[in-house]
Amino acid sequence: MRRVEPDIALSQPSGDEIKTTTCYMCACRCGIRVHLKDGKVRYIDGNRDHPVNKGVICAKGASGIMTHTSPSRLRAPLKRVGPRGSGEFEEISWDEALATATGWLGDVRARDPSRLAFFTGRDQSQALTGWFAQQYGTQNFAAHGGFCSVNMAAAGLYTFGGSFWEFGEPDWEHTRYFLLFGVAEDHASNPIKTALGKLKGKGVKFVAINPVRTGYGAIADEWIGIRPGTDGLFVGSLIHELMRAQKIDLDYLVRYTNAAWLVIEDKGSPDDGLFARDAEGKPLAFDRFAGGLADAARPGVSPALTGTFKLADGRSARPAFALIAERYLADEYAPEKTAAATGVPAETTRRIARELAHAAFEQQVTLDIPWTDSTGRRHEKTVGRPVSMHAMRGISAHANGFQTCRAIHLLQIVLGSIDCPGGFRYKAPFPRPAPPANRPAKPSKPGTPLSGAPLGFPQEPNDLLVDRDGTPQRIDKAYSWDAPLAAHGLMHMVITNAANADPYPVDVLFLFMANMSWNSSMNIPAVLKHLTATDPATGEYRIPKIIYSDAYASEMVAYADLILPDTTYLERWDCISLLDRPISGPEGPADAIRQPVVEPDRDVRGFQSVLLDIGARLKLPGFVTESGAPRYPGGYADYIVNHERAPGIGSLAGFRGADGQAYGRGAANPNQLNAYIEAGCFHQHKLAPDQLYYKHANPAYLEWAKQMGFIGEAKPVVFQLYLESLQKFRLAARGHGAVVPPPGARARIERYFDPIPFWYAPFESETDDAGGFTFSAITQRPMHMYHSWGTHNAWLRQVTAENCLYMHRGRAVQLGIADGDWVWIASAIGRVKGRVRLMEGVNPDTVWTWNAIGRRAGAAALSPDAPEATRGFLLNHLITELLPEREGGYRFSNSDPITGQAAWYDLRVSIEKVATGEARETSPRFEPLPALPAREPEAAL
Amino acid sequence: MTSLPEASAKKLGLVIDLDTCVGCHACATSCKEWNSNGYSAPLTDDDAHGGDPHGTWLNRVHSYEVGDGAESRTVNFPRSCLHCETPACVTVCPTGASYKRASDGIVLVNPDTCIGCKLCSWACPYGAREYDHGDGTMKKCTLCVDRIYNETMAPEDRVPACVRACPTGARHFGDLGDPQSAVSILVAERAGFDLLPEFGYNPVNKYLPPRARKDREVTPRAIEAPLRAGPGSNADRFFAWVDKALSR
Amino acid sequence: MHPAYSVIVFTTASGAGYGLLIWLSAGVALGLVPRTPALGFTGLGIALSLVTLGLLSSTLHLGRPERAWRAFSQWRSSWLSREGVAAVATYLPAGALGLGWVFGETMPGQVTTAAWLAIAGSLVTLWCTGKIYSSLTTIRAWNQPLVPPVYIALALGTGGLLACALLPMFGADARWAAAASVVSLVVGWVLKRRYWTAIDSAARTHTAEAATGLGHLGTVRPLDPPHTQPNYVMREMGYQVARRHALKLRKVAVGLLFLMPLALLIWLLAPLPAFAQLTLAIAAVLSGVIGVLVERWLFFAEAEHVVVVYYRGGAA
Ligand SMILES: Nc1nc2c(c(=O)[nH]1)N[C@H]1C(S)=C(S)[C@@H](COP(=O)(O)OP(=O)(O)OC[C@H]3O[C@@H](n4cnc5c(=O)[nH]c(N)nc54)[C@H](O)[C@@H]3O)O[C@H]1N2
Ligand SMILES: Nc1nc2c(c(=O)[nH]1)N[C@H]1C(S)=C(S)[C@@H](COP(=O)(O)OP(=O)(O)OC[C@H]3O[C@@H](n4cnc5c(=O)[nH]c(N)nc54)[C@H](O)[C@@H]3O)O[C@H]1N2
Ligand code: SF4
Ligand code: SF4
Ligand code: SF4
Ligand code: SF4
Ligand code: SF4
Ligand SMILES: [Mo]
Repeated sequence: MRRVEPDIALSQPSGDEIKTTTCYMCACRCGIRVHLKDGKVRYIDGNRDHPVNKGVICAKGASGIMTHTSPSRLRAPLKRVGPRGSGEFEEISWDEALATATGWLGDVRARDPSRLAFFTGRDQSQALTGWFAQQYGTQNFAAHGGFCSVNMAAAGLYTFGGSFWEFGEPDWEHTRYFLLFGVAEDHASNPIKTALGKLKGKGVKFVAINPVRTGYGAIADEWIGIRPGTDGLFVGSLIHELMRAQKIDLDYLVRYTNAAWLVIEDKGSPDDGLFARDAEGKPLAFDRFAGGLADAARPGVSPALTGTFKLADGRSARPAFALIAERYLADEYAPEKTAAATGVPAETTRRIARELAHAAFEQQVTLDIPWTDSTGRRHEKTVGRPVSMHAMRGISAHANGFQTCRAIHLLQIVLGSIDCPGGFRYKAPFPRPAPPANRPAKPSKPGTPLSGAPLGFPQEPNDLLVDRDGTPQRIDKAYSWDAPLAAHGLMHMVITNAANADPYPVDVLFLFMANMSWNSSMNIPAVLKHLTATDPATGEYRIPKIIYSDAYASEMVAYADLILPDTTYLERWDCISLLDRPISGPEGPADAIRQPVVEPDRDVRGFQSVLLDIGARLKLPGFVTESGAPRYPGGYADYIVNHERAPGIGSLAGFRGADGQAYGRGAANPNQLNAYIEAGCFHQHKLAPDQLYYKHANPAYLEWAKQMGFIGEAKPVVFQLYLESLQKFRLAARGHGAVVPPPGARARIERYFDPIPFWYAPFESETDDAGGFTFSAITQRPMHMYHSWGTHNAWLRQVTAENCLYMHRGRAVQLGIADGDWVWIASAIGRVKGRVRLMEGVNPDTVWTWNAIGRRAGAAALSPDAPEATRGFLLNHLITELLPEREGGYRFSNSDPITGQAAWYDLRVSIEKVATGEARETSPRFEPLPALPAREPEAAL
Repeated sequence: MTSLPEASAKKLGLVIDLDTCVGCHACATSCKEWNSNGYSAPLTDDDAHGGDPHGTWLNRVHSYEVGDGAESRTVNFPRSCLHCETPACVTVCPTGASYKRASDGIVLVNPDTCIGCKLCSWACPYGAREYDHGDGTMKKCTLCVDRIYNETMAPEDRVPACVRACPTGARHFGDLGDPQSAVSILVAERAGFDLLPEFGYNPVNKYLPPRARKDREVTPRAIEAPLRAGPGSNADRFFAWVDKALSR
Repeated sequence: MHPAYSVIVFTTASGAGYGLLIWLSAGVALGLVPRTPALGFTGLGIALSLVTLGLLSSTLHLGRPERAWRAFSQWRSSWLSREGVAAVATYLPAGALGLGWVFGETMPGQVTTAAWLAIAGSLVTLWCTGKIYSSLTTIRAWNQPLVPPVYIALALGTGGLLACALLPMFGADARWAAAASVVSLVVGWVLKRRYWTAIDSAARTHTAEAATGLGHLGTVRPLDPPHTQPNYVMREMGYQVARRHALKLRKVAVGLLFLMPLALLIWLLAPLPAFAQLTLAIAAVLSGVIGVLVERWLFFAEAEHVVVVYYRGGAA
């Protein structure tokens, strides 16, 4: 019989129109193409020209349609009508919503602006929100960094003026050996995946250091199933071995770091442990050729890295490097000594050290790129040590994360691999001076702006925001003795502190895009109580007013009094700015916009435009013209184009100047957004070849960066292996200086503010082993879910609608636990029920689950019997926000003592099988949230 | 048309690299996205926001653990139609809706003639066919037949949606009938294999096995020499070396 | 495999219908039953109704029943298509038989010829039905040579039971039918036991290790499923009945489908008043019907599709 095949339309267009914009299914900021059909979104794929994703797209990005059409979308401003937390709301007009917000905020500003706590989540408009806080006059501003990864940002910025964490990346093209510490996904979601694919193709060795072997770990050439919180020891042992093997790049240390700077040794004196400086304050080194002290930065100095030297005043001093080497060569960092704690066999550690040394020193990369360094020396070639690393929350979400991250940077630096071919590479606007120059602004008076940005980088006790008696001046106690270098604030403490009026109460809590009554808080049962706690005397809520902007019906919505509904990411203008968190690559700075590809079909407004509107209504300086009219009547798009941070420098660096020809600095260009749209909604500037490497000591780059306004001075960035700032806090703990810690905090500062990176046990493991909490409990991000954003996406939730507790098979068998059993997971503060899945690829002392799958019944427009609510669970209920009482009854937050980074992954738990007959569903379960008032949800696509 | 065509010269298919796949599901959702509106539309979802969310997908990603203890490893495993050369899913079809294209070997379901008897899904050992309740017909990977020849698209976009999406580059598309094609060469180099060859369906799609791990690699031990040599403490030896090295 | 009721009803009802058709045809062709129009009308009516009911029920299983006619086109390769063609084709001799029986022959030998053709058509159809299942290499419990014979034997057995109940109503002698049923059921029982032994002892050679091609690296165990809620493939092909449960149900099936009817039939062979005969026969039919439904349910529920190894690991 003749086979007749049906005719198929092989060339149907993907839509009527394709618009470019920037994805926001996560914060990776990939370029996407949105294919529209009949005015509706039909298909989304990656933009091939885009520097971030180069055409690929992830599971979330490709599911954008379902987020954009989710029935969970808010539809109109809401006013709370029932008790807080009941979820009872009434739709109101924008006029009423804005008038209410302005009324509340204006009142507070006139009385005491610090009574506004304004905290924003993972948005990408901190340049605007921070500026709003500054002009409003509240120091109580931060974004989510404090609970996210300030340890990464701060450790890098204080150490070498850059960071993993979006400020830099491995030189994927040339690297020959790659270590990945504690990363499941990260914000460089697509770029890391693309890069790993390339490394695998080239046979470059990739080592995953992670208690769990999934995702990236699955394709690693070697998996090191380290015990949580012990990476500092493992890295210390690698440094130990490299030093013992004499595989250290001494030239690099001398050229680019403070290794040779002399550290004063004078126990008890106020400058013990500080750098010896000359009369002008320049750090000194010992010049081996001249045989005397010299300005460490002077070209031609041949500084000593070992030895003890006499200072002019007769005291002795030693090169910082000698102190560092002594620490790491000590027995406590010997692989045999660290093996028990880390779970990494000594032979493995030694082998990795050997392989690192081999890659760094025997496989040097030489590129045909001539450049001139900051001492004026011309290099005909650019030479690099092709060893690279990346680390994220597996390191940062522990209370020892700052020092551990510094240790990783120390490892990179002793191998000579920062900003060289094959090593780690900065992304503009980094590097910046280390430590960063800007300090946090102090509180202001009623009705006045702050003198500067609320967030900054303290370098000494004077920079702290504390009263004379040490009382914190910020609601989250950032920049206090609890967390002196809390460069991103402590968003995870705001609700607790505000409800406890510790250190003082707030009048208005204003939150944006963070699900603070659920997956982004610790100890949720307590947080829910705080949010609804009332003052017995007045009957008023302890947190009197809560304004919240979300785009979806999240758990947090139920706890706010006024809801400002945001648009979806496909319906608004946004700006991914060099002033904030841009999309730069090592080849050059890049920024991007988001354009509304469809108009909202609900009564919602972009939050940034709303914030500009509120600012104008409050008549905040900068938000209004001389005459008091709104300065940016066109909303956020108007601001993006016309707002200038410094003369000629605005939100977007591309297409500036009246003719759109200027880059970086130039007059506002009224046509700028169109120019971006035409260019695919991004702009990338390519650095010249001689600017590409060694940017920290490369005048060709530094001069240019200064012109662009990235840095104040074109001075080389000197890596701070020995971090003097920390010693200054320590000296204060010893009683030196005007600003000293209260007695209860002294021992803590003394212990943790070590200027040389070191390892200490995370706090929970110190306290909780006794309680039988013998497992570390951690979470991982599923690659296809973005926190709670994924669970209302009709496609993504099919992939994961419930989570399990993963356990090591051998350990489970010992405990009589079988695959599929339900267990109680208990910590010192509570217990959660979940179902067990057994696996081999997990550290035996660790249990873990996928993050933020569990949801409260009724949230996110899911039916109350959704698996997310009945079987999915959060470990957050078990994570304490406050450490046990110590030092006179005081409870420090469960955070890194240096930066205030939330220590999510220090959690310790016990695991016990549920009794027979117990319900096979999760616990605790909270009162289901009712549906929000809404017209019939539209049928999904 | 249930009869299979004469073996086609062109055998379009996918090559999936299990050594590179991180299990991110990008291929699964981008497939769902493209095909929800393309040739395979609709791909129905049931109870999308309710207690039992499930729907029709043409590509799904498993995650396995293989082996025990220190020898174990995690392998992510995407699974879609393999466009077999001699598949029973075609021959069992009573209506001829299920067919294999003579020109390029793509196995398709004619959405206009399928009666939704599900027999073909029983005949497929790979679980590659999914019945769509909403539409009452059988769905399966189309190898994005409405993309790969699509003249309204840029030539570099004329690849399956899953291949275009895959961030790690673990998916390759091409003509496995041409021994000189990039995919054929890849399969030859990396010992690409068939799933369940004993069924005799002769899958066109190939899988590339995970490579041997490099967790035992021996770099020259010479690097360790200084570790053992010489008197004094670790620090003494190290400092002596530093001094010597710096004065060179 | 998911035991879909539409398919269970289809195979059992049409099976019994063809069985009855075969026995009536044989009876009339061999002169064992009187050619009374009433018997012909009722008997063939019941047989063809059951067949039709079964075929209609099978369309309930279709996503697009309105297109069911398309299923006749692929008889060259598809057993399902062949079954459809054979089923439709069998209506012709069955119709000719019915017309000749009820209204009298228009051609000499019409009844006899049509009866033999109807028997052949029915057997072919039943064979095709069995082949739909037994040709699927993906399902070990079905991919057995005994499947079509069992289908035929059980069709003859259940059809025979119907005949035993029907014939006495028209005053016809049912003993030959009882004997035929006993033989069919005994054969069916033997075959079915062999079948069960065969599927119980069949090695589960399709492993997750082979299915993923990862066996050289060790045992393959699922870590995370592609989707946390069951999908079509698992709902349809991942249906599992506990072994304990299945063994119990096998006993129920044996009891109701074979033992009980056989006992009743043997009793039936004894001289009994017509009323008692009828009661026994009806009891045998009821027992057999329930028995065959259980048997057919088990035929699906016990069958494991190879695809489950991707989802559960292990072997199938
Ligand atoms: N146990 C545990 N807890 C953790 C972590 C962990 O690893 N383990 N990780 C922590 C970290 S690093 C982080 S960053 C936090 C993240 O926690 P959150 O920042 O709270 O993350 P989401 O759940 O994504 O919540 C953000 C909110 O933004 C809303 N939203 C989404 N899109 C938009 C939009 O376009 N506009 C507006 N206005 N709102 C929108 C969502 O509906 C959601 O309510 O979780 C922290 N919590
Ligand atoms: N798909 C997706 N992408 C995201 C997010 C998301 O929710 N979904 N969230 C975004 C956000 S807000 C952030 S902050 C980033 C975070 O990105 P990641 O840093 O990748 O975040 P986590 O998933 O928390 O991964 C932490 C990893 O560290 C491991 N780990 C835990 N403790 C330790 C330890 O002590 N040592 C070591 N070596 N490893 C450890 C965990 O097993 C886990 O694999 O991801 C961003 N990207
Ligand atoms: S990685 Fe993030 S930004 Fe990029 S496509 Fe995925 S969701 Fe979108
Ligand atoms: S994989 Fe399954 S559906 Fe695809 S051709 Fe092979 S047998 Fe048919
Ligand atoms: S479901 Fe459709 S394609 Fe599959 S066998 Fe039946 S008619 Fe053919
Ligand atoms: S080729 Fe197309 S239809 Fe097939 S799995 Fe890939 S995206 Fe889906
Ligand atoms: S997109 Fe690529 S890496 Fe991701 S699951 Fe699919 S094949 Fe694997
Ligand atoms: Mo985060």
